[in-house]
Amino acid sequence: MELITPDFGYFFWMVIAFGIVFFCLAKFAFPVIGKALKTREQKISEALEQAERTHEEMKNLQAKNEEMLKQAKEERENMLNEARQYRDKIIEEAKEKAKDETNRLVESAKETIENERKAAMTDIKNEIANISIKVAEKILEKELSTDEAQLNYINEIIEETDNQ
Amino acid sequence: MKNWKYIISLSFLMCLLLGTQKYAVAENEHEENFNAGEVIIEHILDSYDWHIFTWKGHHVSVFLPCIVFNEGKCYTFSSRVFHENDQYVTVNKTNSEELVFAIPHEGQYKGKIVIINADGSQKRPFDISITKNVMALFISCTIILVLFFLVTRAYRERGEKAPKGLQSLFEMLIVYVRDDIARKAINEKSVDKYLPYLITVFFFIFINNLLGLIPIFPFGANITGNIAVTATLALFTFFITNLLGNKEYYKDIVNTPGVPWFLKFPLPLMPIIETVGCFTKPFVLAVRLFANITAGHIVVLGFISSIFIVAQISAAGGGAMSVFSLILVIFVDCIELLVAYIQAYVFTLLSALYFGMASKEHHH
Repeated sequence: MELITPDFGYFFWMVIAFGIVFFCLAKFAFPVIGKALKTREQKISEALEQAERTHEEMKNLQAKNEEMLKQAKEERENMLNEARQYRDKIIEEAKEKAKDETNRLVESAKETIENERKAAMTDIKNEIANISIKVAEKILEKELSTDEAQLNYINEIIEETDNQ
Repeated sequence: MKNWKYIISLSFLMCLLLGTQKYAVAENEHEENFNAGEVIIEHILDSYDWHIFTWKGHHVSVFLPCIVFNEGKCYTFSSRVFHENDQYVTVNKTNSEELVFAIPHEGQYKGKIVIINADGSQKRPFDISITKNVMALFISCTIILVLFFLVTRAYRERGEKAPKGLQSLFEMLIVYVRDDIARKAINEKSVDKYLPYLITVFFFIFINNLLGLIPIFPFGANITGNIAVTATLALFTFFITNLLGNKEYYKDIVNTPGVPWFLKFPLPLMPIIETVGCFTKPFVLAVRLFANITAGHIVVLGFISSIFIVAQISAAGGGAMSVFSLILVIFVDCIELLVAYIQAYVFTLLSALYFGMASKEHHH
């Protein structure tokens, strides 16, 4: 029975002791602890938010980088294509030019050859003419060496002229 | 430096074992017949001196001050007076009447200071002596205050830095009480109002439960296993619940919602039940804590006593029994560590639930 009967003296001291403990903790300990916990929790949540933001930013940056890389690749591709086209054009042009040049050279060579040929022909004609005159002179010298022959030949010519 | 935690844990376990020896030595004085029930009840109950151990028939005790009031007069004396004589006689200076104090060994006031009247009848004076339990309570309150002083200082010094050592242990428990007990049971708006009490009561019960498990002086008193202590705590919960309760809470008591009208009128059955409930709730709190902790102490002492009961029959049997009992005692002590925490948790949780009910806000 004594076990379950609260003793008044003990009850009295318990109220005082617990009251003091409660008062001291509530007055001096908990405000400090609560404030420290709150500020730390805020700090942690802020840090987490910051990390989240940074993460997001990093993601954006990465996406941007990728975009830029893609663009750069495309640009390079374009440039390469352009260069290739330019190269092809240059080659084509050069080929064209070369062809023209060749044609022109061939043409001028032909012309030169023609001219040479013509000159040669003229030379040959003149030579032939000279040779002919010389031959004719020689022949005439030989046939008309006598007066009789000369007279015969004159008569022949006169006849021919009369006939005409 | 790293090992000191293990050393503390080990010495705590050693204390548990040493404590069993303490009881062992204490029992040798009863050479004639060992009465286990008496020994156990003696430990569970209070006394005016703090018996530490007995060495070769010589008691080593700490004598505590007795403070009694009789007819508006205060009498203070050491409990040593009862150690030397059975009675303590003091003379009233004003009317030179003799006043005889004694501690009877049986009867209605067994183990309590009484005044023996001239006709031999006993009268219990107003007694606020610093008994063993009161002393133990003061010691544990000092320990709690010192621990919280250290923790608060750590918070002040470390500021927003991560907690360290004792601070992190306390922070874990404080945050646990705050987030998992208080905030779950009480609405956001009024939780800050109740939080200091909940944390105080949690640590008060938890630390006292743990100190009760250390059987060497100046610990090991049955503080939370005393009905006066648990009743005080329950009364605090009762007053805080009912004095800080809002209008809705009282309206629900008088006019309980969700109940058919014939339970309220003409016979106000539900209001009566609700009103009685206000008182039974803290009563249950007090009895639960008291019974759990007392039971733990009784079980440990029972196992220790069984050694001496067996030893009275045969010495060899006592030796064998001591090994068996020690294993069981260590096992029970480990369970008691769990119980120490669980009971602190349950008391705090239920208090929080009652506070939550008293500060509930209805959203119709």
